[in-house]
Amino acid sequence: MLILKKFLRDIPAVLGLIIISAVCFIAVFAPLIVPDADAVYFGNIIDRLKPPSAEYWFGTDNLGRDVYARVIMGTRGALLVALTVVALSIAIGVPAGLYAGYTNGWGSEAIMRVTDVFLAVPQLILALAIAQLMGRGLESAMAALALTYWPFFCRTVYGEVRRVRNALFVEALQGLGASTSRILFVHVLPNVASPIIVRATIGMGFTILTTAVLGFLGIGAAPPSPDWGLAIAESREYLPESWWAVTFPGLAILITVLGFNLFGDGLRDLVDPRLRRSR
Amino acid sequence: MTRFILRRLLLALPALFGLLVLTFIMLRVLPSDPSAALAGENATPEQIAAVRKAYGFDEPLWKQFVIYVGQVARADFGNSIISNRPVVSDIAWRLPATIELTFASLLFAALVGIPLGTMAAVWHNSPFDHVMRVVTVGGLAIASFWFAIILQIVFSMDLGWLPLRSRYPDGLPPPTNITGLYLVDSLLTLRFDQFWLSFKHIIMPAFTLSLGGLASIARFTRAGVLETMQKDFVHYAEAAGYARKRIIWVYVLRNSVVAATTQIGLLFGTLISSAVAVEAIFDWPGVGSYAVSAILTSDYKAVLAVTLVVGVIYAIVNIVVDVVHAMLDPRVAETL
Repeated sequence: MLILKKFLRDIPAVLGLIIISAVCFIAVFAPLIVPDADAVYFGNIIDRLKPPSAEYWFGTDNLGRDVYARVIMGTRGALLVALTVVALSIAIGVPAGLYAGYTNGWGSEAIMRVTDVFLAVPQLILALAIAQLMGRGLESAMAALALTYWPFFCRTVYGEVRRVRNALFVEALQGLGASTSRILFVHVLPNVASPIIVRATIGMGFTILTTAVLGFLGIGAAPPSPDWGLAIAESREYLPESWWAVTFPGLAILITVLGFNLFGDGLRDLVDPRLRRSR
Repeated sequence: MTRFILRRLLLALPALFGLLVLTFIMLRVLPSDPSAALAGENATPEQIAAVRKAYGFDEPLWKQFVIYVGQVARADFGNSIISNRPVVSDIAWRLPATIELTFASLLFAALVGIPLGTMAAVWHNSPFDHVMRVVTVGGLAIASFWFAIILQIVFSMDLGWLPLRSRYPDGLPPPTNITGLYLVDSLLTLRFDQFWLSFKHIIMPAFTLSLGGLASIARFTRAGVLETMQKDFVHYAEAAGYARKRIIWVYVLRNSVVAATTQIGLLFGTLISSAVAVEAIFDWPGVGSYAVSAILTSDYKAVLAVTLVVGVIYAIVNIVVDVVHAMLDPRVAETL
């Protein structure tokens, strides 16, 4: 329990965990939290572009939809997309990294050269190009993000596996005749799990940001989805009068990503003493 | 040193070749009909057939790749659907604007981030340090396109202090073209009025773009300074009675910033990525806003060309950063 005690002393990280828990709670119970679930998609056009009030906490957008309800419902999409993208990236990147790190030879070389190529272009640029070529839509945006994010996991795992593959326990397993996949998934994977978890946490925040950019540029979620990035793009034309329709979705992005980043930061300090931030 | 540079260049070649293969695969595999995709949404059957012939899409795959490599080598990406000019000249014309913007933000990020990071390290675990941590993590959590809009609301629409968009007032002749960077050109020609106008236009985009970089630079400086402060030479300098300010800002900082330079190469990737949205919001006539309009109009030739050009620039920046790093710290050159 020493680790828990240490974690609880790290106030920013605890704050991150609280934010993440709150965001997950909101995402799960979103339909119960919003005052009127219909107001997410169908606005009251007479009430369009109303400033924040007791009735509409965050005001209404250009179609008279309740911004508060849309921000709350948008939490679902944002978390779902980020979870899918990170899970897909782990599903590709971790086995590839395990294999490339454990073996020598052309298979390992080929995997690492492929990650080099993906890391040679900024992720967003590549994701934009791929999403566009696959045809616009949320699915292709998610596929494009996963396709461009797995190399980061592959790299992390590769480095860690290289570190432990000459450890005595691996040699012992080889001597006992354990199969490569057994050694990798049952014995090596738990030893490299912590950097993967840290990367996944920070990756969640990072992916939410990137998805928002894609949504804002019109290549992610399509209307009338309450996607945060899309909402900012849609409300941009009605500035500066209706500042609320732009401000609140952006704040939602900021708080959510901040939660994941703070928590990921704290986790990294816990599991990797070499990178310890404060001594 | 020459050997180091040559080896570093050689190391970049496979990745660049891989990028060629990747873009080729993207073009071939992802759209259902690449010729139709390249010709644009409103192309006639004749235009599609012409594209099919030019790219050799009815030839075997290896031949198509040879044709593609030949086109890239000649920097021939065809004409843009929107502007109807060669994609390459479009990009070349817009490149200086992006270079000016990214350099300005990098400069600002370093000038502010390094002192902040140093102060956080010197006073570590103080309230200042904690606030700095939340601010730096926050800087990486903010959606730059949203922050850009907020800045526009406050400083252009509300206060009217700064121009809302663009790089220079419409209708006025821009500074004489020497380097293509307005801030530099106006100074070279001693036109301080033009410099002031360009400066006012670049403040908000550059500031927005610098946020993420500022946060990472501050963090890495802090970690570096903390580590260096444990070194023996620092204790020696303290024992010898050097002023604490001098020890920190001269000796410690010089030793910790070297490691932070490698970060700038990585930062450049994030900068270019954020530049896409930020340029689009500020109507900054750079490669980023070009990429956005190319994507929105399904101008595949332009999209592919931008991807390749950015990849090449990214590779060059990383090579330059590595070389500078090796010059500052000769130990690095030995590890490669």
